[in-house]
Amino acid sequence: MSSTRTTPGATPAGGPGTAAAPAPGGPAATPAVEVRGVVRRFGAVTALDGIDLVIERGELVSLIGPSGCGKSTLLRVVADLVEPTEGEVRVGGKSAHRARLDQDYGIAFQAAGLLEWRTVAGNVELPLQLHGVGRAARRERARELLDLVGLADFARHRPSQLSGGMQQRVAIARALAERPSLLLMDEPFGALDEMTRERLQAELLAVRAATGCTVVFVTHSVPEAVFLSDRVVVMSARPGRVAAVVPVRLGTAERDDAVRATPAFAASVVQVRAALRATEAPR
Amino acid sequence: MRRARGSGALLLAPVVVALAFLAAWEALVRVGRVAPFVLPSPTAVLASLREVGAQVLAAAGATGLNALVGLVAGTALALLAASLAARVRVLREALVPLAAAAAAIPIVALAPVFATMYGATSELPRRLVVTLVVFVPVFVNALRGLLTVDPVHAELMRSYAASGWATTRWVRLPGALPFVFTGLRLAASAAVISAVVAEYFGGLQTGLGSRITSAAANSAYPRAWAYVVAACALGLLFYAAALALERAATPWRRAGTG
Ligand SMILES: Nc1ncnc2c1ncn2[C@@H]1O[C@H](COP(=O)(O)OP(=O)(O)O)[C@@H](O)[C@H]1O
Ligand SMILES: [Mg+2]
Repeated sequence: MSSTRTTPGATPAGGPGTAAAPAPGGPAATPAVEVRGVVRRFGAVTALDGIDLVIERGELVSLIGPSGCGKSTLLRVVADLVEPTEGEVRVGGKSAHRARLDQDYGIAFQAAGLLEWRTVAGNVELPLQLHGVGRAARRERARELLDLVGLADFARHRPSQLSGGMQQRVAIARALAERPSLLLMDEPFGALDEMTRERLQAELLAVRAATGCTVVFVTHSVPEAVFLSDRVVVMSARPGRVAAVVPVRLGTAERDDAVRATPAFAASVVQVRAALRATEAPR
Repeated sequence: MRRARGSGALLLAPVVVALAFLAAWEALVRVGRVAPFVLPSPTAVLASLREVGAQVLAAAGATGLNALVGLVAGTALALLAASLAARVRVLREALVPLAAAAAAIPIVALAPVFATMYGATSELPRRLVVTLVVFVPVFVNALRGLLTVDPVHAELMRSYAASGWATTRWVRLPGALPFVFTGLRLAASAAVISAVVAEYFGGLQTGLGSRITSAAANSAYPRAWAYVVAACALGLLFYAAALALERAATPWRRAGTG
């Protein structure tokens, strides 16, 4: 808690509109996320054991693996919500801590986590309000984002009046509020039905195309990981390690539902499944 | 419109039951199964209520004011204590068991003590009793509300690098409101009950409780019952006011899915 008090709102909200552009002044090749030798222990449990992972700017990378393999912990380490026991994490060339204070990432969880006492628009505005953005600018940005996620007509509704899928869309809009260059998502569609889930997957790709942001996406659905990702990181449990990295080549340009029926899609699914199964093999 | 009809239908059942109950009561007394001096009939109570209406109203006003002052004071103290306890662990560890103990002893039992301490010319002892009675449910519920933060909200605020104060202002306090009002609703009825009962132990003869005891002592049972009816009405009024306040302060809880 103490660290949160150091520099509240140190950066102007909205931040530099860096979407996919390289860091100003920095080398163009600075990766979006660098995880080097990260170990995280919770008492006797080693949740993460020597994780090395580099994610390039604009990439969409999924983390997949059996439950308890440390996917959420890895995401939280990147978000500076959990400290690594050992190792180093850099986000856009900065320390993870600095990146959090600078609001360089947006985050969404499996539970939408909307504040039920605020309207839909009020929820999207929350991070902006916390960082001192004026009322008019906040309104405008919320309207823009609700448009982007197809909820323009629900701005004045209460979260409790929305379906699960709509709430999750609001959470995504909220995560995008400060134009982050990095979007961290922990099983954001995990609680949704299949139809809604596939629709939101397509929407996420559209959002990503519109903003150019890097996405780290935790899931335990193989087709979801394949449909969304440029690379799928397969993790193994006890201790949590990167077991395999499967590149997905479906063409990054336009991925629509038709992709799910292609042989390339099926092949990637088989490949990820095989890598997952290998993590379960008795050692 | 729909809400009005909804609450109308909601009211119908209890009203029918109450009317049936009153009719049965009246019949029992009329056919002589219960002696009127043991239990006066509802019409007798009504007649007496009409007869001493002005005094009933004045007594209800006196008791109501005691209950209100105690309710406001007790709630204010409880909210203050709960905010401190939510922030300071040592305080929490000291206050929570005390509140639990206070909940276990009948605080009205303190009424005679206060009455003796402050003499027979003051409303203060009654107000003190009400304050103490109100304190417990409001404190316990408010503290629980302040300590209950959705873990997702907590992580979110941390990801925003929000200060402790900002988290309190935007997450902790609004999230605690429904809990506070649960406590207040419990406290509102308890405030009236304790204000009435506190008058049973002597002191000023202004309120409903003192009138009930003196009417009963004079075997004026219909009159005693008239004051009892007023006490019930006062309790309902307080409860309804708390409910209305709750609805006004937490509008999102009515938004529902419907
Ligand atoms: N805050 C915590 N305290 C103690 N153990 C934890 C905590 N967070 C995670 N763990 C443990 O670390 C391991 C990895 O958890 P997690 O990252 O949530 O896995 P996943 O998201 O892949 O299901 C699990 O064994 C879990 O019990
Ligand atoms: Mg998880």
